[in-house]
Amino acid sequence: MIKFKLNGRDVSVDVPDDTPLLWALRDELDQTGTKFGCGVGQCGACTVHVGGRATRSCITPVSSIAGADVTTIEGLHPEGKHPVQEAWRDIQVPQCGYCQSGQIMQAASLLKDYPDPTDEQIDGVMGGSLCRCMTYIRIRKAIKKAAAAMREETASHG
Amino acid sequence: MGKLERIAAQQDRKAGLTTSRRGFLLTAVGSAFMFGFAREGKAAQVFPASAGMPGNGAFEPTIWCSIAPDGVVNINVIRAEMGQHVGTALARIIADEMEADWDKVKITQVDTDPKWGLMVTGGSWSVWMTWDTFRQAGAAARTVMIEEGAKLLGTSAANCVARNGRVIAGGKSISFGEIVSRAHPTRTYSPDEMAKLTLKPASERRLIGKDVKALDIPAKTDGSAIYGIDAKLDGMVYARPKMPPTRYGSKVVSVDDSEAKKVKGYLRYIVLDDPSDTVPGWVAVLASSYPAAIRATDLLKVTWTPGKTANVSENDIIEHGRKQIAEKSGGSCVFNDAGVDEAFSSAKQVFERTYTCASVLHYQLEPMNALARFQDGKWEIHCGNQWQSLFLPVIAKALQVKETDVVMRSYLLGGGFGRRLNGDYAVPAALISKALEGKPVKLILTRSDDMQFDSFRSPSIQTVRVALDENKTPKGWEHHASAGWPTRVMAAAFMEKGADGKAYDQFAIAGADHWYDVGPMRVRALDNDLADATFRPGWLRSVSSGWTPWAHEAFLDELAHEKGVDPVDFRLSLLTAKGRNAGKAPDSVGGATRQANVLKRLVEKCGYGKTQLPADTAIGIATTFGQERAMPTWTAGAVQVHVDRKTGVVTCQKIWLVLDAGTIIDPNGAMAQTEGGALWGVSMALFENTEIVNGNVRDRNLNTYTPLRISDTPEMDIEFVESTEKPMGLGEPGVTTIGAAIANAVFNAVGVRLRHQPIRPADVLKGLSEKKSA
Repeated sequence: MIKFKLNGRDVSVDVPDDTPLLWALRDELDQTGTKFGCGVGQCGACTVHVGGRATRSCITPVSSIAGADVTTIEGLHPEGKHPVQEAWRDIQVPQCGYCQSGQIMQAASLLKDYPDPTDEQIDGVMGGSLCRCMTYIRIRKAIKKAAAAMREETASHG
Repeated sequence: MGKLERIAAQQDRKAGLTTSRRGFLLTAVGSAFMFGFAREGKAAQVFPASAGMPGNGAFEPTIWCSIAPDGVVNINVIRAEMGQHVGTALARIIADEMEADWDKVKITQVDTDPKWGLMVTGGSWSVWMTWDTFRQAGAAARTVMIEEGAKLLGTSAANCVARNGRVIAGGKSISFGEIVSRAHPTRTYSPDEMAKLTLKPASERRLIGKDVKALDIPAKTDGSAIYGIDAKLDGMVYARPKMPPTRYGSKVVSVDDSEAKKVKGYLRYIVLDDPSDTVPGWVAVLASSYPAAIRATDLLKVTWTPGKTANVSENDIIEHGRKQIAEKSGGSCVFNDAGVDEAFSSAKQVFERTYTCASVLHYQLEPMNALARFQDGKWEIHCGNQWQSLFLPVIAKALQVKETDVVMRSYLLGGGFGRRLNGDYAVPAALISKALEGKPVKLILTRSDDMQFDSFRSPSIQTVRVALDENKTPKGWEHHASAGWPTRVMAAAFMEKGADGKAYDQFAIAGADHWYDVGPMRVRALDNDLADATFRPGWLRSVSSGWTPWAHEAFLDELAHEKGVDPVDFRLSLLTAKGRNAGKAPDSVGGATRQANVLKRLVEKCGYGKTQLPADTAIGIATTFGQERAMPTWTAGAVQVHVDRKTGVVTCQKIWLVLDAGTIIDPNGAMAQTEGGALWGVSMALFENTEIVNGNVRDRNLNTYTPLRISDTPEMDIEFVESTEKPMGLGEPGVTTIGAAIANAVFNAVGVRLRHQPIRPADVLKGLSEKKSA
């Protein structure tokens, strides 16, 4: 039995130690927002936060995150209103949407490191997240919009 | 209760529904976007509506839409949602004509039912195919609302107008919902009656062409969107295929699962017996979890006798095509105008070039999957699919049951791009479930399985020839193209008949039948049977229009340089809009004139020929009619590239596109489709391709298959021509000009002409060194 914290609540799964976190989330814990794309950590569709850092869940054995804090797209914000999610809707980023949970989780993580990211920083961090519909131009725009919203929020609370 | 049923039950409680379910229903966003099959008594009436009142008191004048007593307008969408926001665009058409209140509109993505007619989502057809029917359906609802509303307002229909979900007469008005709840209208319309209704003029449109937020997007930002791969049912087992060494003809000799048995959760293997011959030689591995199925499949040892294509290479297929082109006979001609042979025999000069394109994989991000079970007397297949009408009979044949005993449940598609037009992945899921006496089984392909099993874009070879007079003016034209024919392999009944009466695959030649006036034309499509035997050729975004312009739009530039004129001026001189290029109503009003218009506007925008650019940097131009001649989206594209002479790397810096697709229904969706299409064009021209090695594709994941990523994405400037003509398609035209425009730009930048797609740095370096030594 492997225990960890998922979106703020304690969970446990009874699966072999080397089970990828992705499948534990999807099939054992019914959190299907996290997607299976390449299975080798190169498309980013399975991106979740472990201890607040963007992590490819398809190549992360569930035993390795025992006791850790895991956040999935379902838990990024209780009402789906994280500034990145808001920006994604405003800019109308998703097309098929399959990669977008991963893109959003990666972008939310990016903005912790770069509150005012340049195109180069965005390209560098988001380069591991494949979008087959090729919504890249809108991803760039939406990240900048979310960054501006977050800076504003910090300023007003700071 | 399975996960989907739980979600549906929650929704039922929310919606206050207590009627017995005929199935589950998913809501992705509030009440606006729904997947599922009709509930008891709602939207499930048999057409024509002699069946009486729809349930819940909703008024349903046609099968396409209903108005409930609470004013909610439901619109049934038979097209797959795969990122094009198709439900939103189609709903706007009905809602506009109906004068509905958009905030009360919801869409339902329906399951297969014969009443819907042909269920296919591809070819950029959805809006174009649905435009008339949905406007008529909207007009039917509006007509009844006005008639019944007038009675309730105590006036005549002539004194009433409908606006924003209300019928208005002077200072009085009444909502659609109130009309339905008080008057209980039951009038229904047959297709003939629908066709006679008066439609609104373009000047009266209030939703079409206006910005709108796509209904499917919110659920795609919070993890709640449900794709085929997310389907889950109680008691379900997981399956992964062990695939044979060749697509066809492999036979299982022996299976050894002694190692697989050591995997916890491994259940058994099944050698599939497939009467439809869709997945010959497949062995399915079953397990209680998907990771266990992955591991056990890796450990299962299967011996096959391979089929005949075990040694075929990409080059074999291209060389086979080259021989087909060299033969005068064979194939089928789309155009075979009188006088072609005379034009060539009397030509002062014949100019000829050959172009090739590599195999391209779909790599839709959601790997192929399907969930199958036998329930309540029917075989249910749960998956995202683009052409249900094509694969229902195949699944039925595989199961040896009647087509009416199979139903496909609709889900969001994690990418289509044509891959899911081919529903071959549903067949093994159904066969496994049958072997388990109807137990639910979820088949998922790993990425490497998915790529091996892809129904990819065939490699192609094309030769274009022109007969020139003493002024190097074209007097006759030939375009010969050889590639695998997806439509022959999977949907032969849909093939078109050529000028010579022989059937041909329009999706393996469309685009070559261009609108230029170049004298009599012969456009010949050749079925590369070696390709067809080796793999299952697929329809891939923009189908042949993704690769035929690679030939003729590069060829026109080459010809212009040969003639010593500007490539844009040269094209404009050929877009005369005479004869068959004059166009006809309603689809191609204006003909080649509209293609000339988008080209002129493009040149103005991008500064082609005027702007001073840095060294080794240049703009290239190409123009097409989008997807197919019968549904032209007039398209002009320009690409600015920089070529690094040291590394051979071509950087795409900026793209300009001007499109005339007639009426634009959903401007933001149109823009998104065109952005994505253009980047597919860049990706195929510069970044992605595979190669057939020993009968299979070489690449099995992103370690070697390298589609365009965010850092490769250029700036884009896209413009749509304002028009009230009939709407054409936009899912694919964005792709069509880009490859040739890049090839033309590379030539303009460094003088190297490359005729194989993709353009790799090594090809550029080779071209540069050949040019130096020449």
